[in-house]
Amino acid sequence: MEPLFHAAPFSGYVYPNETVIPWTVLIVVYPYLTGLVAGAFTISSLYQVFGFRRLAPVAHFALLISLSCMIAVPLPLLLHLGHPERAFNAMLTPHLTSAFAVFSYAAALYVLLLMLETWFVFRPFIVREAQQREGLVAWFYRVLSLGSYDLSEKAMSYDRKWILALAILGIPGAHGLHGYVGFVFGSLKSREWWSSDLMPAIFLFSAIISGTALVIVLYVLSCKLRRVPVDLACLKGMAYALWGFMMFTLLLEGVEFASLVYRAREGIEVIMEYVKGPLIVPFFILQFGVGSVLPLALITFMIWRGTTGKALVTGVVGSAVLVLLAVLMMRWNVVIGGQEIAKTGKGLLTYQPLIFGREGILAAASVVVVPFVLLLVMIWLLPPWQEGPSPAVSTR
Amino acid sequence: MEEKEQPEKAQTERRDFLAGLGSVIASAIAAAAGAVPPQATAAAKPAVPGYDWTKHRWAFGVDATKCIGCLRCVEACKRENDVPVDAHHFRTWVERYVYLEGEDTARIDSQADPVNIAASGSEGEYRFADRYKDAKVEKAFFVPKLCNQCTHPACVQVCPTGATYKTEDGVVLIDHAYCIGCQICVQACPYGARFFDPRKGVSDKCTWCYHRITKGLQPACVEACPVGARIFGDRNDKQSSISQFIQNNQVQVLKRETGNAPNVFYVGIDKEVS
Repeated sequence: MEPLFHAAPFSGYVYPNETVIPWTVLIVVYPYLTGLVAGAFTISSLYQVFGFRRLAPVAHFALLISLSCMIAVPLPLLLHLGHPERAFNAMLTPHLTSAFAVFSYAAALYVLLLMLETWFVFRPFIVREAQQREGLVAWFYRVLSLGSYDLSEKAMSYDRKWILALAILGIPGAHGLHGYVGFVFGSLKSREWWSSDLMPAIFLFSAIISGTALVIVLYVLSCKLRRVPVDLACLKGMAYALWGFMMFTLLLEGVEFASLVYRAREGIEVIMEYVKGPLIVPFFILQFGVGSVLPLALITFMIWRGTTGKALVTGVVGSAVLVLLAVLMMRWNVVIGGQEIAKTGKGLLTYQPLIFGREGILAAASVVVVPFVLLLVMIWLLPPWQEGPSPAVSTR
Repeated sequence: MEEKEQPEKAQTERRDFLAGLGSVIASAIAAAAGAVPPQATAAAKPAVPGYDWTKHRWAFGVDATKCIGCLRCVEACKRENDVPVDAHHFRTWVERYVYLEGEDTARIDSQADPVNIAASGSEGEYRFADRYKDAKVEKAFFVPKLCNQCTHPACVQVCPTGATYKTEDGVVLIDHAYCIGCQICVQACPYGARFFDPRKGVSDKCTWCYHRITKGLQPACVEACPVGARIFGDRNDKQSSISQFIQNNQVQVLKRETGNAPNVFYVGIDKEVS
């Protein structure tokens, strides 16, 4: 039988209750998924709101990625809760001083917004399918059309207004949502590693780069699978976005780390011991070196040299994969790192992830797979590919 | 145990909120979700007959100069409060601070340290191993720790459901029938006083034996202490042992800078204690 808890080995002095690490790899996955939501939505909004026309081939795809990740966001939390069947208590009787409780409302509203925007964007397709298909599939699209078959210019112009409004609202929605996740960690004064005003901003920018990177990887993959050429202008547009937001992310992370070390408050000796020891591989090598500096240098090189064609595709996708790794490691280093530095300021713990079990690596990996399965189903139902100009696209 | 300690206030708030929703629809949804505990709809009655929580202001004192590290308090607490019998879940614990000759910082351990568990030979009985017998000890002392029942508890602030709350008489309790087990309160407590009870799927911590003190008894740890290192009482009573303890000593609290305003008052602790 699976033991009820797993104690973490420690050095120095840690409070006895700290030897069971409360938040496991599932809580690493949770902000990772919300980050992908915000990032993919950013790409969609750059097109819908800010008129980046070169992003047209991925605009609707990014929206579906955002929605499929968002639907999977509650999974790691529910798996982690001691009483998942009571999860709705946080919404039925919210405790309004709790960031978590308010967050649950914000997240629910954002899911509604995403679903509504997706519906408006795909309405012309849904209506056509409802009218042309036959049998069960037709019924599905008829229900999805909510009884509105009007595709007149007047109706479409009305739809465009809604899409724009929802996309604009979605920007503070998606980014506020993820900034909030950063706030959940940054506002906890019990841990020096988390307690930082920069935490929401760091989470936000790392979210944007992770979502952008995911859209890049999935877009190129989808092109290969569909046997269509990759739109290089679109890909380059996303690479620019990735490059720009990475600069912000690295700067913020650097400033945060520097002020933590420079302030050198009580317990800094142990933090430095942690930084110089257990953090070398997950932070300095994986997150900073391989995951951040390398892709940044690679994209800079490609922009400088005007790389194009297959080399550009390979280079950008390679960079994007590394960025996805870096952001995952960033979540790990924040969530797990914070708990490995004892609240006593006098000891270090070592989190030993389990393979099996509810809070194990396999469970967490399964949670990460869920949005991709959802995405496959969504693409099948609502193909997001825009080879020609779509009637529902914002004219901006 | 905890379920008997249902707070009138939290119940009332919960009822008010649901009543505020006001509609049959809301109740139906809530009932369908099965998320509203029976307490929320039960008739209001005092949780403890004859006890008025507005008339007390409980506080706890620790005289570290008296503690001998016998750990009877820890064992008594585990038995009284059904705390998991192992070296990783404690409502109260004792820390040992030892300064060896020529060393500037203390060597710290608690009864949960593997060396001490090995010495006792069991995770259910505790003792401090004689690990410094060959060293020259300059200064040494014990510090009992427990929940500080803070005036501004960070754990209560972050709880998403309000399952943990501050009572009128100054104790922070957890409604085990309502806690969802998210463990953010465990993270938020700067003192490491909270733990997740894996058997019940909820957070747990010291309640100053609320089930005892509301009946006029002392907390189990206070009763078990053979040297009077733990002092408990009502600050509303100026003659109580805790009022006298605070009045007659220069007391300290732990991690004052957190702004939590803890209510366990210490005498005889050293710069390294936090």
